[in-house]
Amino acid sequence: MKMKLSLSQKAGLLSVGLFAVLLLVWQLATLPEASTAAANVDPEYAALMGGGTASTASSFPTPAAMAQTVWDKLSDPFYDNGPNDKGIGIQLAYSLARVLGGFLLAAVVAIPLGFAIGNSRVFYQAVNPYVQLLKPISPLAWMPLALYTIKDASASAIFVIFICSLWPMLINTAHGVANVKKDWLDVSRTLEVNPLRKAFRVILPAAAPTILTGMRISMGIAWLVIVAAEMLVGGTGIGYFVWNEWNNLSITNVLFAIFMIGVVGMALDSLFGVLGKRVAYQE
Amino acid sequence: MSTLHPFLQVENLARAYPSPTGGTPVTVFDHVNFRIHKGEFVCVTGHSGCGKSTILNILAGLDTASDGNVFMDGREVSGPSLDRGVIFQSHALMPWLTVLENVSFAVKSRWPGWHKNKIRDHAMRYIELVGLKGAEHKKPSQLSGGMKQRVGIARAFSIEPKMLLMDEPFGALDALTRGVIQDELLKICAETQQTVFMITHDVDEAILLSDKIMLMSNGPHARIAEIVNNTLPRPRERSAIHKQPHYYPIRNHLVDFLVSRSKQFGALRDAPDAPSSPTVFDPADLIDPAASTEPEILHTPPVGKPHIHLVNA
Ligand SMILES: Nc1ncnc2c1ncn2[C@@H]1O[C@H](COP(=O)(O)OP(=O)(O)OP(=O)(O)O)[C@@H](O)[C@H]1O
Ligand SMILES: [Mg+2]
Repeated sequence: MKMKLSLSQKAGLLSVGLFAVLLLVWQLATLPEASTAAANVDPEYAALMGGGTASTASSFPTPAAMAQTVWDKLSDPFYDNGPNDKGIGIQLAYSLARVLGGFLLAAVVAIPLGFAIGNSRVFYQAVNPYVQLLKPISPLAWMPLALYTIKDASASAIFVIFICSLWPMLINTAHGVANVKKDWLDVSRTLEVNPLRKAFRVILPAAAPTILTGMRISMGIAWLVIVAAEMLVGGTGIGYFVWNEWNNLSITNVLFAIFMIGVVGMALDSLFGVLGKRVAYQE
Repeated sequence: MSTLHPFLQVENLARAYPSPTGGTPVTVFDHVNFRIHKGEFVCVTGHSGCGKSTILNILAGLDTASDGNVFMDGREVSGPSLDRGVIFQSHALMPWLTVLENVSFAVKSRWPGWHKNKIRDHAMRYIELVGLKGAEHKKPSQLSGGMKQRVGIARAFSIEPKMLLMDEPFGALDALTRGVIQDELLKICAETQQTVFMITHDVDEAILLSDKIMLMSNGPHARIAEIVNNTLPRPRERSAIHKQPHYYPIRNHLVDFLVSRSKQFGALRDAPDAPSSPTVFDPADLIDPAASTEPEILHTPPVGKPHIHLVNA
């Protein structure tokens, strides 16, 4: 009898296989004997790493050591031993709070503004040059300006998130609203639907998939930017944690933080994926 | 039926679009005159691009005329209104709403003060009327083309408009489904005494449904060239209608117009004595001259000059 595997079963097996290969390579690369390979490391870099080649090799954890760290950290995520020693849960919560704050602020501005732009050709053409000019600016470039005007590190990080979340939501909302099918608008006109009801019952649901795609892109960018922003402003958050652990020369903790950034980013993205499915419609 | 004040009166309607090359505007149609009485079912037919949809959109208030006026119930039409229900060719259902929600949306627009349950019951009545009971919780994407069009019909009827405007409502359906829905429409219109203005390319559909058939000449400068009184008695049966003595004279007349006269009319249009009122064709004239005194023909517009009189089929 021949075994038939479904597509997702095959993909699952392949995923597990890839993970096994990764672990194997990792294990081989971090074997203690491999320290000779580290002799090729730039001496300046080695010095920075805190001395001899042996310590370089040992500071990159084996898979087993890494698993132990992940387990330890995740079993007590919310401890707080002062400014430089907080659980990963607390650091992530700080980052998430900033991202959420900046993102919501951006949504409050971008969605109504996008509605207005999408509804009016004049307004669209008037605002478009500004959007085109401001959109390609790296959000971190705003940081000095934010620190100077707001004079608060955490609020500046939120402002940077706000700026980077703004554009995709604004552009997608305007695009979605401008492309609502004329038929649906004609229907609401012949039914004498008042403007507010039209906005919420016709235009919003019609444009919702496009708007949600914009929100998903914004959230993705915001999560990328928060790490860099927190490295700059310091104090708390996952970005600060990464930088702090780098200063502590704890590659294990840096790796762990990178892994957690990926996990949270993936969770945020799939959250918006689910929301997007809920507002999607099929014509 | 008042002869002096028809329910819908269209006077000297014209619509021009700016020329794509920037020259003088292109006049799609002009000098369009017709009346529709309460309870009448009027079909319009003519070649593609002559301006039928444009006229319907002006009647709906979705488009504005370059010239002329439309009066309904003594008041000038100046924008969309719940008094005129529109059935769109592309059904125009909102895909994120279920069948029931689509119809309820219209009902709530018409009667904003109604209680939820009353809106629901009212919407359900019309969903049942078009034979969609059981499908009320489906989304439009789960329905066949014919079912979608039925929802469009239910939605338009549910607001109980004074007049119904339909733009080739069955154009996208297969012949069999079309027949079934036509029968339903015939039944509903007979029950509700609905006044209807309907665009169709299907001569048989026009004969089955209408009281009057308006024939448009080809554009640019298209006009309502002729009005045919459909004298076939009601109630009409699809299977038996061709046995009526007036059936073939009307059908031949319509086909003949579409095939040849619609073009000729364009050449005669610029004649100084060209009429701005359409000629009237009444099959009763052909078969029984005595019948031409029946009241229906009395309120029709004056007959044009002899040289554009139709060649009798
Ligand atoms: N927005 C527009 N700009 C310029 N010309 C237009 C515009 N809309 C329609 N027209 C022209 O007006 C004419 C009439 O169009 P309309 O849609 O009313 O035709 P129709 O009789 O409904 O045709 P069909 O039977 O194919 O639906 C066409 O020749 C078309 O080119
Ligand atoms: Mg048309």
